[in-house]
Amino acid sequence: MGAPLLEVENLKVHFETEDGLVKAVDGISYTVDRGQTLGIVGESGSGKSVSSLTVMGLTRSRNARISGTVRFNGKDLLGASEEDMRSIRGNDIAMIFQDPLSSLHPFYKVGAQIAEGVRAHRDVSKAQAWDRAVEMLSLVGIPEPRKRADAYPHEFSGGMRQRAMIAMALANDPKLLIADEPTTALDVTVQAQILELIERLQSEFDTAVVVITHDLGVVAEMADEISVMYAGRIVEKADTDTIFAAPEHPYTWGLLSSIPRLDASRDEELVPIPGRPPSLINLPGGCSFHPRCPYVREAHKKVDPKLEPVAGNPGHQSACLLDSSVRRKLWSELRTGVKPDEARADVMAAEEKAV
Amino acid sequence: MAAYIARRLLWVVFLLFTITCITFVIFSVLPSGDPAVARAGRSPSPQLVEVIRVQLGLDKSKPEQFINYIGDILPFVGGNGIYLGFSYQNNTDVLPEILERLPVTIFLATGAVILWLSIGIPLGVLSAVKTGSALDRIAMGIALLFISAPVYFFGLVALYLFDDQIGIWPILPGNSAYGEADSLLGKAEALIMPWCVLAAAFAAIYARFLRGNLIDTLQEDYIRTARAKGLSERRVIFRHGVRAAITPIVTLLGLDIGILLGGAILTETVFNIPGIGRYAFNAITVSDLPVIQGTVLFGAFFIVMMSLIVDILYAFIDPRVRY
Amino acid sequence: MSTGTGASDLLHADDHGIDQIVAGEAPVAARSPLALFWRRFRKDKVALVALTFIVLLVLVAILAPVIRNLVGAPPPGQTSTDALDDFGLPQGPTSEHLFGVDSIGRDIFARVLDGARVSLLVAFIGTGLSVTIGVTLGMIAGFFRGWVDTLIARVIDILLAFPVLLLGLGLASACSTKDGCLGGALEPGLTIVIFIIVLSNWPYVARIIRGQVLSLREKEFVEASRSLGAGNMRIIFREILPNLVAPIIVYASLFIPANILLEAALSFLGVGVTGQASWGQMLSEATGKIDTAWWYMFFPGMALLLTVLAFNLVGDGMQDALNPKGNKQK
Ligand SMILES: Nc1ncnc2c1ncn2[C@@H]1O[C@H](COP(=O)(O)OP(=O)(O)OP(=O)(O)O)[C@@H](O)[C@H]1O
Ligand code: SF4
Ligand SMILES: [Mg+2]
Repeated sequence: MGAPLLEVENLKVHFETEDGLVKAVDGISYTVDRGQTLGIVGESGSGKSVSSLTVMGLTRSRNARISGTVRFNGKDLLGASEEDMRSIRGNDIAMIFQDPLSSLHPFYKVGAQIAEGVRAHRDVSKAQAWDRAVEMLSLVGIPEPRKRADAYPHEFSGGMRQRAMIAMALANDPKLLIADEPTTALDVTVQAQILELIERLQSEFDTAVVVITHDLGVVAEMADEISVMYAGRIVEKADTDTIFAAPEHPYTWGLLSSIPRLDASRDEELVPIPGRPPSLINLPGGCSFHPRCPYVREAHKKVDPKLEPVAGNPGHQSACLLDSSVRRKLWSELRTGVKPDEARADVMAAEEKAV
Repeated sequence: MAAYIARRLLWVVFLLFTITCITFVIFSVLPSGDPAVARAGRSPSPQLVEVIRVQLGLDKSKPEQFINYIGDILPFVGGNGIYLGFSYQNNTDVLPEILERLPVTIFLATGAVILWLSIGIPLGVLSAVKTGSALDRIAMGIALLFISAPVYFFGLVALYLFDDQIGIWPILPGNSAYGEADSLLGKAEALIMPWCVLAAAFAAIYARFLRGNLIDTLQEDYIRTARAKGLSERRVIFRHGVRAAITPIVTLLGLDIGILLGGAILTETVFNIPGIGRYAFNAITVSDLPVIQGTVLFGAFFIVMMSLIVDILYAFIDPRVRY
Repeated sequence: MSTGTGASDLLHADDHGIDQIVAGEAPVAARSPLALFWRRFRKDKVALVALTFIVLLVLVAILAPVIRNLVGAPPPGQTSTDALDDFGLPQGPTSEHLFGVDSIGRDIFARVLDGARVSLLVAFIGTGLSVTIGVTLGMIAGFFRGWVDTLIARVIDILLAFPVLLLGLGLASACSTKDGCLGGALEPGLTIVIFIIVLSNWPYVARIIRGQVLSLREKEFVEASRSLGAGNMRIIFREILPNLVAPIIVYASLFIPANILLEAALSFLGVGVTGQASWGQMLSEATGKIDTAWWYMFFPGMALLLTVLAFNLVGDGMQDALNPKGNKQK
């Protein structure tokens, strides 16, 4: 299938602040193929938004230090001129955001805001652009689109606003859509509808999608591949089935046990990951997850784990210093509902004796 | 919309009524001395004081006085049109005197408004877009300087430097020039210095205000959306940023115009411009209470009306506040 | 009638920034908000210089009589025809009269010093009273809600819609006749000026405090304290008030320069301070004399300019320190 649509290599985004250097994104790499869906998952502050805004060329803070490469369709984006980036944004790569109310301009009609995006890239008349806006609104399932195009964002409901954002993003048939927490600000019932809509449109337009979320449940259905981010790095990466069936990073396990499972009984507890995300200025030495990791060993506080393929599956990568066999044993206990502490006692005590 | 306007109108009527009551209290209830003497101005003759006492009905009870006062002000009550009192010192009715001076004040205010908007707005936008640049620092430094001293000090400095009679560089007509000029052009020339002095202070305020607003606005999510659509930076800043950031300026401008139309008292005093403000100032120096009371009421009326206009205008500019 | 730009500057004060000060919890948990604030403020060199200037100015105002004696200047009210030249015109700066004399031979240096006392006194007392009243009423409204809140909120609305300064000017002139107002309760001079200041300032303070308290009282730490059995007074003074210190300081720093200008404007118009020298009054007297005695307008004017500028710089610095922005991108 040739070169991937989007290639991100060793991307770093650091911010110089009064308090020190904030390593918001610290060397991440991923690729997205045409028509494919990538999920990027991680807690708040792990650098998901910063990394995708950087891909769009929208990290504008003067204190930002950006390095690495971003190639789209073979073209280098980080070195591209502002004018080139402008013609790519909203045209080849489009983006939708978390809060659709604050993301739409309060003073302009929804139709006008969509039409404006069309006219930024197509040489069409105002009327044609407006028609396109109406067409898109109807495509995303807004009833009476011609009438609603004439309304202001505050006259829409939350779900309708996000639909309008999607309409705006897809109006120019982009090859890549980046959805940054598209459902976080919405009601649970609406969330599913919006995800379905994105999936439907994606297959209709053959758009590649990057979905950013802190909730693995959101990407379970739609993503082909998932990258798990922690403190500015990717700590695990695999196809979706593998992430759910055979994850090999303690942080991913934590994320998995903190999503409600449809098959689990209602009263089964959700276990949030204990502790808080680290300061991005003073990252803990060694494995940056170690202060929160139930399976940490002395050595992990000094050695920085690399993202490496796990044994037997080159497409599955994990950044954990534990031996793959140990990780698998731990997971097989955890998935049956054993608590992390007990799993640790069971598996690691035995292993430590063997050493 | 109609309901909204009706509500604002009621509010305005309420405010005007309250203001009228308060002026009555200020000028007829609070002062401790003999009101007839107070109204007569400095060192009046006993006969005049008696005449005033009878004419104004000051021998009647306060409530009766208040009803007469309201009747005087309301156009269709009492058969005397709008009556804002009589100046015993000048032997003239107050309202015609005010109206005669209104064009001068309007002329002064209009020129200053145009000047300060055309300086303040571009400067505010530029400073916001280039935050932290040398231009921003210098512009905001100067703005702070202009905000920090009153117009009458800068007015005096301007006269000292540029007045064509006493100035170090005598290039502009200055003190009292407006009254002496007989052509429209001459009057305009006489206003150059006051316009600049008045506009400098306001331009500084507006530039700072707009800059702060625009910096905040440019951090908004919808600006990120505009950029993500691939709009040009120009369009992002002007159509999306400035459009939102400038809206509150309407409120500010309305209030400031209202205040100035009631008399730019400090500016008119320093440059001796025969507008409403100067009229009020002269009245203050000779304690001509009827004139002060009349100008205060007149000014208050402008301020309240402008706030009404602004409220209604705002509903058109910001779709969110409708109704 | 516009009583100077100071008045409209108040209208422009955006409380938006102040909302954020309270809303944003201290990012570094270990440091108190005030310590953090001071750490940021200290980096602002210009504001520090301005603050130093203000401290010196306050000292100068307090020690005015001592300083006057040190330089050998006569008392501010003393007239002397010796200082006028043969044509009866005032003299410019000399070693005897550092800032020259005015048209009746009073020493301008001594009068500028005296004016500093008036300016600072009026500004500090006026601002202090406004803040006290505004905070008290704002807290009562926000904390107890119900009909008290409705009442206070209405009064605030009305006062904010009123041309308070214009009516204040009317009041000042009506009461500047020698008998004063209310049988002498409101005397011409300082009392009236402070009264006007308080009347025009407190609604702004009360409005912002009310909003803050309304949101603070719902916060977890207040709930927690309540569930531990803390009474209203304890919650107000131990939980809520400490969180309002920062916005109160910022608001006060906005009001002080505006109030200095307001006092100067009223005195310039002849309805402000009486009986002692004030900068506004000196500028008013200097108006007709700029061609013969530039020093007459220059020194009081510069004193006013520098003082207000210093307060504005400190105020700006405080706002920046409490609400750092510009390097954060969403
Ligand atoms: N301009 C900036 N200067 C300094 N730090 C920044 C800047 N922009 C972002 N950051 C920091 O970078 C880190 C990563 O932020 P990012 O928005 O990418 O997180 P996220 O994973 O998207 O989280 P969320 O789920 O909350 O959206 C945060 O800690 C943030 O404070
Ligand atoms: S390297 Fe050690 S600390 Fe880090 S995730 Fe693996 S087990 Fe935990
Ligand atoms: Mg994010």
